[in-house]
Amino acid sequence: MATTTVDPNQNPTDDRVGARSLSARTLSRPEIGALLGAIAVAILFLAVAPAFREVPTVGTILYQSATIGIMTVPVSLLMIGGEFDLSAGVAVTSSGLATALITWEFGLNVWTGVGIGLVVSLAIGAFNGWILHLTGLHSFLVTLGSFFILQGANLGLTQAIAGGVSSPNLQNVQGWDSAQSFFAGSVTIGSLPLQVPILFWIVLVIIGAYVLLRTRVGNWIFAVGGDAEAARAAGVPVFWVKMGLFMAVGFCAWLLGMHMLFNYNNVQSGNGVGNEFIYIIAAVIGGCLLDGGLGSVIGGAIGALIFGMTQLGITYAGWDPDWFKAFLGAMLLLATVVNLIVRKKADQK
Amino acid sequence: MTASIETGIEMPDNPTTPILELMDVGKSYGNVHAVRGVNITVRQGEVTCVLGDNGAGKSTLIKVIAGLHDYTDGEMRVNGEIRHFPSPRVALSSGIATVYQDLALAPLMSVWRNFFLGNEMHKGILGTLDTKSMKRICGTELSKMGIVIPDLDRPVARLSGGQRQCLAIARAIYFGAKVIILDEPTAALGVKQSGVVLKYIVKARDAGLGVIFITHNPHHAYLVGSHFIILKLGRVVLDEHRDRLTLEQLTTEMSGGQELADLSHELESMDPAKVVAPTQGKAHVAAPELSRDELAEVVAEEKETE
Repeated sequence: MATTTVDPNQNPTDDRVGARSLSARTLSRPEIGALLGAIAVAILFLAVAPAFREVPTVGTILYQSATIGIMTVPVSLLMIGGEFDLSAGVAVTSSGLATALITWEFGLNVWTGVGIGLVVSLAIGAFNGWILHLTGLHSFLVTLGSFFILQGANLGLTQAIAGGVSSPNLQNVQGWDSAQSFFAGSVTIGSLPLQVPILFWIVLVIIGAYVLLRTRVGNWIFAVGGDAEAARAAGVPVFWVKMGLFMAVGFCAWLLGMHMLFNYNNVQSGNGVGNEFIYIIAAVIGGCLLDGGLGSVIGGAIGALIFGMTQLGITYAGWDPDWFKAFLGAMLLLATVVNLIVRKKADQK
Repeated sequence: MTASIETGIEMPDNPTTPILELMDVGKSYGNVHAVRGVNITVRQGEVTCVLGDNGAGKSTLIKVIAGLHDYTDGEMRVNGEIRHFPSPRVALSSGIATVYQDLALAPLMSVWRNFFLGNEMHKGILGTLDTKSMKRICGTELSKMGIVIPDLDRPVARLSGGQRQCLAIARAIYFGAKVIILDEPTAALGVKQSGVVLKYIVKARDAGLGVIFITHNPHHAYLVGSHFIILKLGRVVLDEHRDRLTLEQLTTEMSGGQELADLSHELESMDPAKVVAPTQGKAHVAAPELSRDELAEVVAEEKETE
């Protein structure tokens, strides 16, 4: 195809840019800051909380992390693609509520309701992507709008249909038991009982990391987040990439929403508010840039693990759990600064 | 004529078939006519230079050909067929590649990922990226241009301007472009790097591509161009083959032609070398007196620029 050749003698090679050492390349990986943070947090709680050292705790920590991590996977991908989703927290609740309320109101089989919940969740994601495309506004604004719409609709529709602040109990409805064992069951591996969301989480992280680093869609996500115009000019379908990312958030919100519904038997209509920030913080700790183009799914998973460890660690250490939020904020700042310093150092090598 | 293609010998008097033709093409944004009545014929193995001052309509013209905007008047033919490109992807698949001024590279992505952006190689049912082959090909193609980047995982933001330009051009050529549009490729480069890019333009031409070279530098254009078009205020003011044009003519036309002559005549009556003794106290600069017509003209012009 390209038959052009340039005489190498005409163009003396440019040797100003040299190869970099393995350590420098490792240190400039986006997830390195999160990894250091996770190790530090683990050492801290292993030292101060005796209960933290027991084997069954591993399952509990992983479960706690999975309830954050399931959402951190698509939120990280979305942030690498250059967009935010502030509605991700309440969308989880919306999904559970949609399933419960529709199943109740129309007397459906639970699995039919679960299917409708999926459609609703994907539609919420598609709505965000479509409004973003239509208005050209920043996704911060667009999803702030859908965040409030969903929050209000969650409360209003639950009140109107179920006459309260929580979804009706569906335990006697056909299909409940099988759906519960699928979304909220547990499996024992060795002597360690693991709840199903942990498996969901692990599978999602593997798929997410694979898609991001080893498929063309992953290449497009980086490009769209790095420079959307450049990506478009190179032939990347920018609109569909962003649409797909928002719908992936919808899918994962459904998965987590289903777990919440079947684990607690009902959904509180006011739940989920504020969780969107936890997902975003986990993604940022994991090395995602706020304006896109760089980040890691693995890093986001480590970010979620840090939160899982901290939530439990604070309890096990006998500290006041009210301090969790303060820890969140401090962790965010620390991780960002560490990421910055480590990457700068690595780039100079 | 056929022989000239086979042997690859350039015969300007006996041109090959046009690969891209613009006939009376215009593009309006509402009531603003960005370009009007543009006729361009791009042939394989020719460098067509499009020159023009800032705001002459060069960018709009590129966007029309590259598929970023559709044209509103006239017709554009690719291989003799009338075409409207709904997206850059369609333009690319028709063999028209554009290297933009901002190069359309994602700054944080690695060299090889940028090289294959939108054309990723993949294998297997899972569509796994063929990372190894992509890195190898990217390295080979770049070294053909005389750039050796030892670490292809390096983000593009860390390359020099000339390296980025060459990366973008090599990418377009490798992916089978028949027509390659270069938007001011030498504008941000130093003398030596410009030379590398100009050499590469000639190589692309000799490889049988149709090159559209957008620039406002007549010297660069004249070094490589086979055909010259000057745009002014969205219209073609000069359309000439290299044989019938000298560098002086091109430079004069480019820098304003008659307008420049008028301006020079006007300024001649003043003495630029004159040194005026500094006045005591406050300096007072009076505005030139304008007739009513002239004043109206200035006011209208100001309104237009708003």
